[in-house]
Amino acid sequence: MLKIENLHVEVDGKEIIRGLDLEVPKGEVHAIMGPNGAGKSTLSYTLAGRDGYTVTDGKVTFRGRDLLDREPEERAADGLFLGFQYPVEIPGVATLTFLKTAVNAVRRQRGEAEYDAMQFMKLVRGKAKDLNISDEMLKRPVNVGFSGGEKKRNEILQMAVLDPAFCLLDETDSGLDIDALKVVADGVNALRGPERGMLIITHYQRLLDHIVPDRVHILAEGRIVESGDKDLALELEKKGYASFGTDRAA
Amino acid sequence: MAATAETIQQVKELGDRYKYGFSTDIESDMAPKGLSEDIVRFISAKKEEPEWLLEWRLKAYRHWLTMPEPEWAFVDFPQIDYQDAYYYAAPKTGDKPKSLDEVDPKLLETYAKLGIPLREQEVLAGVEGAPKVAVDAVFDSVSVGTTYKKQLEAKGIIFCAISEAIQTHPELVRKYLGSVVPAADNKHSCLNSAVFTDGSFVYIPKGVRCPMELSTYFRINQENTGQFERTLIIADEGSYVSYLEGCTAPMRDENQLHAAVVELIALDDAEIKYSTVQNWYPGDENGKGGIYNFVTKRGACRGRNSKISWTQVETGSSITWKYPSCILQGDNSVGEFYSVAITNNRQQADTGTKMIHIGKNTKSTIISKGISAGHANQTYRGLVRIQPGAEGARNYTQCDSLLIGDKCGAHTVPYIEAKNSSARVEHEATTSKISDEQLFYCRQRGLSDEEAVALIVNGFCREVMRELPMEFAVEATKLVGISLEGSVG
Ligand SMILES: Nc1ncnc2c1ncn2[C@@H]1O[C@H](COP(=O)(O)OP(=O)(O)O)[C@@H](O)[C@H]1O
Ligand SMILES: [Mg+2]
Repeated sequence: MLKIENLHVEVDGKEIIRGLDLEVPKGEVHAIMGPNGAGKSTLSYTLAGRDGYTVTDGKVTFRGRDLLDREPEERAADGLFLGFQYPVEIPGVATLTFLKTAVNAVRRQRGEAEYDAMQFMKLVRGKAKDLNISDEMLKRPVNVGFSGGEKKRNEILQMAVLDPAFCLLDETDSGLDIDALKVVADGVNALRGPERGMLIITHYQRLLDHIVPDRVHILAEGRIVESGDKDLALELEKKGYASFGTDRAA
Repeated sequence: MAATAETIQQVKELGDRYKYGFSTDIESDMAPKGLSEDIVRFISAKKEEPEWLLEWRLKAYRHWLTMPEPEWAFVDFPQIDYQDAYYYAAPKTGDKPKSLDEVDPKLLETYAKLGIPLREQEVLAGVEGAPKVAVDAVFDSVSVGTTYKKQLEAKGIIFCAISEAIQTHPELVRKYLGSVVPAADNKHSCLNSAVFTDGSFVYIPKGVRCPMELSTYFRINQENTGQFERTLIIADEGSYVSYLEGCTAPMRDENQLHAAVVELIALDDAEIKYSTVQNWYPGDENGKGGIYNFVTKRGACRGRNSKISWTQVETGSSITWKYPSCILQGDNSVGEFYSVAITNNRQQADTGTKMIHIGKNTKSTIISKGISAGHANQTYRGLVRIQPGAEGARNYTQCDSLLIGDKCGAHTVPYIEAKNSSARVEHEATTSKISDEQLFYCRQRGLSDEEAVALIVNGFCREVMRELPMEFAVEATKLVGISLEGSVG
C-alpha cells in the first residue's frame, strides 16, 4: 500500500533522510522507533507533502500511484492521514467547523456528495463519545488551550471521522498519561482492518503494548537500520538505541 | 453580441476572479455628464423636491466647490475628474411599478445572477413562505421594489426610498437630514448632499421593535455613474431596528466614485444595529478599475440609554475610506464598532471609527480585524474622544491585523483624547501572519490552500462575524474566501 524506496530528503540544505526503504502492505500495522532527531517527523512530513522537505532522490508509491508529485490535500483525499506530533492551533475556528470543512473538502475531491449538518453530526457524535470528547470541546477553537491529551484525542477524532486508507501517527503517545494512552490506543485499534495500513511512529515501546504491530522498524540517522517483529521493540527497550543504528548507519 | 453576454464573456476570461461582474442594458434616463448648479437643479426637479431641499442641495454644492480633498488618509489615487461622470441615472420604467410583477424582469434577473437570490430573491419575488427580510431595492438611483411594506406599516414603521419619504414625510426628513452629518462635514459628504439621488429612509415609532431585518442592496449599474446614496434611520424612544446593507457591483474598467452618507439617530432607550457587507468591484489584480468607496457613516445616540452598533465586512472596492462613528450624547449610551476589512492585490483601505463620548457613563467597544494580502495596504484609524462632561466613560479597543504574504502592509493609527480623568480607555493591538504550519495542517486534512486561508481568516474574524445577523453571516463567510482567492500559493 505504501512503498518507499531509497528516499533522500533535505531540510534547509541538510540531508536528514538518507536512503530509506520501507514497505507497508494493506491490512498491516508497522511501527517506526528511533531516537530523537533520527528523522521520524521529517519522514512523516515528507510523506504528507510539507513545503521545505525536499526529496533529492528516491521514490514513494501510495496505493499504486506516485505520491511525491501530489499536493498535500490530494494525498489527504487519496486517504493519507497524518496525526501530528505537535497539533496546530487555529484560533477562532471551532473544532466541529474544522472537522466538517475537512470531511467535505475530502468528499468533494473524491467526487462524493458533501454531508449536510445533520448527517455530519450523526457521524461525529458517536466517534467523539468513544474518545471522551465532549460537545463543549467540539465547540472550542481547534487545539487552542487544549491539554496535551486533548490535542492527541482530537487528532484521533479527526482520523476516525476522515476514515483514511492509511494512518501515519507521529508520536501520538508522547505527553499522554496511561489513561489517555489507553483511550488513544483504543481509538487506533478500532480503525485496524484488512483494507487499512498504519505506520505508528513512536519513541517509546509502551504504546506498542496497546497497539500491537505486525512489524517494527528502527530508524536511525535517516535510514531503517533494523526490522523485525513486535519483539524487536522489547529488545530495543532492553539494549537501548545505541546498540542499533549509529555504527551500522555510519 | 448583447452587452450582457459580452460582459459575461469578459468576466469569464478574467478567470472568474470577480464572480459578480456583469452589466445589464436597462436604458437610463440620464442627465448630461458633469457637475454644475444646473445638474443639481435637474436632480431636484426630476424628483419633484420641495424648494427647501433644492436650496439645501445648492448650498452644499456651493460649499463643495470651496473644499479641498481630504488628504490625511493613507490611500493613493489619481485626482478625480468630477466633470467626467454622470450624476443621475435611473432604470426606465415609465410609471412606478405597483407590484413586483411590474418590475422589469431584467432587474430580477440581475439579482439572480448576483447570487443575492437565496432567500432575498424569494422575498423580492414574493414567494410564499420566504423569510421576512424586507428589501428596499435600490437599482442605480431609484428605488424599484419594496416588499413587506404593509406588515411594517401596521406597526407604524416607515421603510421606503428617501425620495418617497421626502414626499410623504417631509417634516421627518427636514428635521433629521444633515443633523448628524452636516453637509459641510467633508468633501465627499458635501458632494453627496448636493447630488444624492436616492437611498433608504427608516422611521421606527416609539416603543416598536421592528419585526424583521431591514435590508437594502445597492448596486452600481450605469457606466460612469457616481453613486450618491443617502440613508436616514431614526429610532424613536424605546424602539429597535436591525438594518443590513449589502452590495456588489458589475465589472467596470474605469474607477467609479461612490460617496454615500448614512445618518442614524437613536432617541431615549432606542437601539439601532447597522450591518454592512460591502463587495463593490475591487479592480483587477493590477489595480485597474474598481470602486472608490468614500463613505460617511455616523450615528447619534441622542437619547439616554440608547445604543448604536455598526458591523461591517468590507471586502470590495479598490479604495475604501470609511469611518462609521458614534456620537454618544445621551447618558449611558453605548456605541459599538465591529469591523472586518480585507484588502487583496492592489486594494487600499483606510477605515476605522470615531467614538465621541459626551454623556455620562457612555461606553464604546471597537473590534477591528484587518486582513491584508497581495500588494494591498490597509490602515486602521480610530479616534476615541472623551469630552470633559463624560463622567465614567469607558472604551475598549482591540485592533488585530493579519498579513498574508510579505508584500502587503497593515498600519494602526489610534487617536485617544481623554478630557475627563474618570474615563477609562483601553487599547490592544496585534499583528500576525498565517503560519506555514497552520496552512499545512489544514491541507493535510484535505483543504486546498485557498480553503485553508478562508477558514483561518474566518476564524480570525469570528468576533466580528458573529455580530452579523445569522442569515447574512453565511454569505459574509463565503465572501471572505472569494476575496482572498489567489492570495497564497
Ligand atoms: N525545519 C527544520 N530545519 C532544520 N533542521 C530540521 C528541521 N526539522 C528537523 N530538523 C533536523 O532534522 C533532524 C531530524 O528531525 P526530526 O525529523 O524532527 O526527528 P525526530 O522526529 O526523529 O525526533 C534533526 O537533526 C533536526 O534538528
Ligand atoms: Mg518527531
